This record gives sequence, structure tokens and C-alpha cells, in this order.
Amino acid sequence: MLYVIKRILATIPVMVVVALFVFFIIRLGPGDPASVIAGDYATAEDIEEIRIKLGLADPIHIQMGKWMVQLASGDLGHSYHSNLQVTTLISQRLEPTLLLAASTILLTIIVAIPLGTIAAYKAGSWIDKFVMVFSVAGFSIPVFVLGYILVYFFAMELRWLPVQGYKSPFEFGFLPFLRHITMPAVTLSVIYIALISRMTRASVVEVLNEDYVRTARAKGQSEFKILLRHALRNAAVPIVTVLGISVALMIGGVVVTESVYNVPGLGRLVLDAVLARDYGVIQGLILFFSFIYIFINLIIDLSYTFIDPRIRY
Amino acid sequence: MINIISGVKSRVIGGMAALLMGGMSVFSFAHAESVLKIIPHADLKNLDPIWTTAYISRNHGYMIYDTLFAMDETFTPQPQMVDTWTKSDDGMNWSFTLRDGLNWHDGTAVTAADCVASLERWGKRDGMGQALMKHMGSMTAIDDKTFEMKLAKPFGLVLESIGKISSNVPFMMPARVAATDAFEQISDFTGSGPFMFNKDEWVPGSKVVYKKFDGYNPRSEPASAAAGGKLALVDSVEWTYFPDQMTAMNALMAGEVDYFESPANDLAPMMAANPDITVEVNDPLGNIGFLRFNHVQPPFDNVAIRRAALMAVKQEDYLAGAVGDQAYWSTCYSVFPCGTPMATDINNDIIQVADTAKAAAALKAAGYDGTPVIIMQPTDVPVLSAFSLITAQKLRDAGMTVEVQAMDWSTLTSRRAKRDPVSEGGWNIFHTWWIGADIMDPTSIAFSGNPDAGWFGWPTDPVSEEARMAFFSAGSMEEKKSLSSTVQNQAWENAFSGHLGQFFSPVAYRNNVKGLIKSPVQFFWNMSK
Repeated sequence: MLYVIKRILATIPVMVVVALFVFFIIRLGPGDPASVIAGDYATAEDIEEIRIKLGLADPIHIQMGKWMVQLASGDLGHSYHSNLQVTTLISQRLEPTLLLAASTILLTIIVAIPLGTIAAYKAGSWIDKFVMVFSVAGFSIPVFVLGYILVYFFAMELRWLPVQGYKSPFEFGFLPFLRHITMPAVTLSVIYIALISRMTRASVVEVLNEDYVRTARAKGQSEFKILLRHALRNAAVPIVTVLGISVALMIGGVVVTESVYNVPGLGRLVLDAVLARDYGVIQGLILFFSFIYIFINLIIDLSYTFIDPRIRY
Repeated sequence: MINIISGVKSRVIGGMAALLMGGMSVFSFAHAESVLKIIPHADLKNLDPIWTTAYISRNHGYMIYDTLFAMDETFTPQPQMVDTWTKSDDGMNWSFTLRDGLNWHDGTAVTAADCVASLERWGKRDGMGQALMKHMGSMTAIDDKTFEMKLAKPFGLVLESIGKISSNVPFMMPARVAATDAFEQISDFTGSGPFMFNKDEWVPGSKVVYKKFDGYNPRSEPASAAAGGKLALVDSVEWTYFPDQMTAMNALMAGEVDYFESPANDLAPMMAANPDITVEVNDPLGNIGFLRFNHVQPPFDNVAIRRAALMAVKQEDYLAGAVGDQAYWSTCYSVFPCGTPMATDINNDIIQVADTAKAAAALKAAGYDGTPVIIMQPTDVPVLSAFSLITAQKLRDAGMTVEVQAMDWSTLTSRRAKRDPVSEGGWNIFHTWWIGADIMDPTSIAFSGNPDAGWFGWPTDPVSEEARMAFFSAGSMEEKKSLSSTVQNQAWENAFSGHLGQFFSPVAYRNNVKGLIKSPVQFFWNMSK
């Protein structure tokens, strides 16, 4: 428990550094929210007036001070464009992204771990070679190409699934959710299946050569039990690490998938905010993502103690 | 964080309640709601159509607000909220009386005081509005339904101003909303238009929902562009923004949406081949490609060099390269859109030279010394990106030293406001387009010859500016045409900008959608499915 508290407290200086870094980096870049807001045909005078009203004409240390005071009171800020609170924007977008990430990881675990384990067990066989070829292909094919191919066959030709959109399971029920999430999750999971199946194969191959596996075989344990209890369990630490990092990356990095399938998630929110130079939203979102990364890393670290009893903090 | 969690929680709880209610509705005979599903041309980020000139905010304004006057398809202002109006013989005193039965979405009556407050706020932001207010003596509500304008100086465009069709449109808002500082965004979206904005369902970057306003009292005349009866023929209109054009096209072809407002021209043939879809040009004026010089920095501070650069422009090359299919473009050598009342051929020889060899000779004669030309290329706007590359090649062919700097449109819009030398972050050329409705006459800031209050590029031309200012007070059509000719003459003589021709963006919709209104602006009233 002390370790957990220490880790949570350690996030505070990390978040402060991230906040300062983000604040300055977006202001050093080109572009200005006032010119985007004013529209294409506004005059320079209009733009300047809007900058003043938004507080963008203040000295940078004043702007930073105001933001820090906001943050200290738990306010992530607001959008210059929509005038909505960043927390409202995140809460609107969090569910699609979380459920897309969860569906992708679930699909990845269901497919990649058995595939990698079988490939390791049958190392050098055609199954192993097939998994390796699939991995290379999975890494190589761009997400948007795969997305369009799936849309063409399953939505346009066969009409089994919708082209686009997201339906909340809480609002529309599970079946509409499943119909809408299937193609985005499959598209997004291919690269993770490729990654995790390779990782699983490599870890399991290593473990299968260990003495304790040989001992288990000598004791007459079935191959299934050996794979499940000895090989996979001991190979789990690197797999869980990569899975955890994948989830963290997915929260903010699914912009292409969200665009191809028109899923209103956090990835698109980030992209839109960057294109519109919506400083408040960019700052708030990056802080939020930082928190997610730190939180997921903490969960991964804690999970090691369950997977491997030798690990203690 | 607590806010985020509580936001998600409320969605989940609300959703479960909806599930329960949905289950119960199986046993009831619910009326099926008609929903018109639209893919708009952009994401609606700002809800205040006075605060921004963005076209998507203007279109949002037309959904929920109404106007005193509105342009019909001949670009003549027609009464909309106004019932009757009078004008004194000298044109200095105007009186407007509102129609009966005009209500805000909250059920209260629209008053003359609301209209005065709305015009005052609009007059602080819009170019035409500012011109009107400069000529205004006083504007007063006489009673609940009547207000008066007393001009201090003659102004010939009173109805054209308060009935203008494009940004910023003088939308009427309740006085309490119109009291908002013109440089701050409103937060109350009560309008009196045919649809109501549903703020709870608004997801910026994704979805906007409008519900039919049952209390709307439409005019009896048939719809004609922005004028005439506005009939809400569906229960709600949903705008779903698609960041990806291909996905938008697929969604239309699969029947998941009804109307695609602005498909890329190269997708049009694929959609047109689908028997369930109609593809057509809905905006008779289209867009006008624009090459803008920076007049305050070398080398384009020299008029002879600007004119030489214009000689290299060949509209056909730009339009074929950037737009493609000739069905969607035409050359136009007037600075006002071809087919509109002020369009003229005066002094337009320079833009028809279209010869890089002649441009090279003219550059040499103008004393061009090899000063590098910086072209800002917005790579996220395909048409403008192509225009930039074509200009770069034309100018190189003519012997100029050209550097193309790639950037996104947001960066370009902030950088073009800089008057600094190129070495300090300035620029020489950028490209854009104007919708035809915005540059139909000299009142557009695109034709300003006043470098202190003009548009980016800052041309200096007192003769043009004088004619432009006189246009605001002009009474007769002959006078307006004469002043427009002067503005065009000066615009080509001093090479304000390069006009790259007229191009049209098609719309695409399912065949069951009816009632589309031909107009430079997209309206969703009178549409049904």
C-alpha cells in the first residue's frame, strides 16, 4: 500500500513538468487560435481584438499563472472555440475510445496469445511460419488501407456491418454497439495481434527451454498443462507489459481508425484541437493522457506481483 | 477528473434509463421521428455566427435564427421577419414593422428592441454592418413591433446590408443575447428560426442536432434562396461531421446518411454512378480562386512585378489541376463572379495573357532582381495546395526564384496577418477562395484599397477605395455598375490579386431527399425525405 501511495504522489511532479512543457511547446509553434476563430475573411484588427478577449495577448507568464491557478482548483480549462469545459469534451469522447481500446485488447488477447503460444510450441513448423508471415503483414499494412478494405467488403458489398459511426451500448443496446465496433476493433487489433503474437512466441520459446519445463515433462505432466501453468505464466511479464503500453498508446493514438470509421473518440478530439490551435483543449487532453499513462503503468507494475510471486515492492 | 467521471456516469445512467424506456415503448404506438441526416462541409466549432465569419457557423445561424430581410435567387432583398417598411423620399429615414406571430424558441415574442440590439451587435463585426453604422444617425424601437433607422449620411445599401446572405449575416437574437460583447461568444442560443439547437446533444467535432420549432410562423411566399417561406418538413436535422471524405461517401452510398454537402470533386463520378444518388451543383455562383500578393513586401511591392506575375496565370491550368472535371469549373475574368450584376470585362486583358514567356519579359522590364518569393502552401486544403504548386511552377517558368513553404491552414491564417519582411516571418503569396456570394460587389473587403483597414496583402489604391466607399451610398443600378467598373479597373491595373477562375462544388444526396433550395448557402428548410 505504501508503494502505491508513493507512486501516486510521484505522479504530481511528473504532471507539473508535463503541464509546463505542453504549455510552452504549443505556444512556441506556429498558428493562433484567434485567427482560426475569426474565420477566413476577418481582418487583422478583428483577430487582434479576439486575441485580447481570449487573454492571448497577455504576457506568457500571466497566461501560465492563470492556467496553473485553474489547474490547482481542478479545472482543466475550456475550449476557445466551443466554450465547453475540457472535462465535458473528454467525458463526451471517453466512452467510444475506452470501449474501442477494450474491444481491441480483448480481441488481441483472444487471438494473439494462443497464436503465439502455438507458434512457440510448434517452433519451425508451418504454423510458426504462418504466424511470422502474419506478423510481418500485420505490421506492414497501414491501418487506413485495412480499414477501407474491410469497409468495402463487409459494409458496401455484403452489407453485414455499418460503414461508420458509434452506438453506445448503454444507449442503444449491445447488438448495435457490437455491429459498429467490430470493424474498428478488428482494424486496430491487427497490428497488436502481430506484435503480441511475436512477443508471446519469443517469451514462450525461451521458457520452454528452461529446466523446470523439462522437469515437468519428466514428471509426466500433459503438454497443455505445461504450456498453461509453466510456460505461459512465466512468459507473462513481458506480454502484460506490452499489452499495458498498447492500451495507453491506444487511448490517444487511434486517430486514423476513428477517422476512417467516424468514431467520435479522443484521438479525433486531439487532432481537431491541434488543427484549430485550441490551446485549452490541447493542454487539458495531454494532461489527461499523461495521467492515463501513469495510471496504466502503475496497474502494470502492480499486476507483476500477481503474475510472479517473486516480485515484491 | 471527477467531472469527467461524473460526465461519463451520467451518460451511462441516462443510457440505462433510455434502454428501459425503449423497452417500454415496444408496447406503445410511438410516432416515428423523421430525421434528415446531413454531412456538413465542416465541423461546427463556434456557435456564434456574429463572432466568427466561418461558413459553418453561418449555416448554423440559418438553422436557428431568422433575418429581417433575405436575398432571393435573383439576389434581391425580400422581407423575411419584416412585414411592412417605409423609406423617406430622400432615403434617410426608414421604418420597419415586424410580422405577427414571431416568437423566440422560449415562447416569448420577438420585439423591435431585440432587432435593434441584434443589428447593433452585428454592426460592430461585419464589414457591411460597420459601413451601415458609420452612416447611421440613430436606430430606435418605436413600439414592440416597429423600429426606425435615421441615417446621418446617405447609404444606398440599407436593405442589401440587413438582408445580406453570407457572413456575417445579421441574424436576430433576443436583446439579452445581443447585449453580449461583439468580440465574445454568446452562450444562449435562443433563436426564432425554423429549428432549435439542442445543446445537450451537441458533440463538438462530431454531431449537432436541431429540432423542429413548432412555434415558427413561416412566410406564405414560396422559398427562394434565403427568402420566402421556411418550412421545417422534418422533425429534426442531424449534422454529423466526417473527417474523412471516403467514409462520408461510403456512408451516403450505404444509405446511412441522406445528404453530403461538400464532397470532393474527384468523388463525384463514383457517387453519380450510383442510381440511388443525385449529384448536382447547388450553388449557382460557386467559388472564386484567389492568388493574393503581399503588397507591402518586395518583390510584390512593385506593381510592375505584380502585373508580370499575373501574366503567367492561366486559369485553365489552375482549374484543371486543382478541380479536375471541367463540368465543375469555368474561366471568369471579372473580379466579380461571372453571371452576377456587377460582373464586367473592363481592363481584364492582363489576366488573359496566360503566357510565361511574356511574363518573363515583363519581369525583366520591371527590374526583378531575383528576390525570393515565399508561397505559403496549405497542405491540408487540397485545392489551395494545388493552386500553390501551380503558381510556384508558373513563376519559376517566368524566371522568379520561388520557395514553397508547406504548412497547415491554421498556420497560414495566422502568418498571413504578419506585415513583417519575409526574413522575420512574413510572406509573399497565399491562395484562397471566396464564395461568389461574398464578392458580388465592391463592398467586399477583398477589394479594399485601404492598407490600414484592408484585407491581408494590404493593397494601396485611393481611387479604388473612393469608388468602393461611394458604392455604399450609390442609389441607382447604373451608378453601382459604374463604381464597380472603377474598382475592377483599379484591381487589374494595380494587380491587387490573381483571380483563378470560378469552380463549383457539387452536393450529393439520396434520391428520396426532396426540396433542395438552389443557393450559394446551404439551407435545410423545405427539405424532406
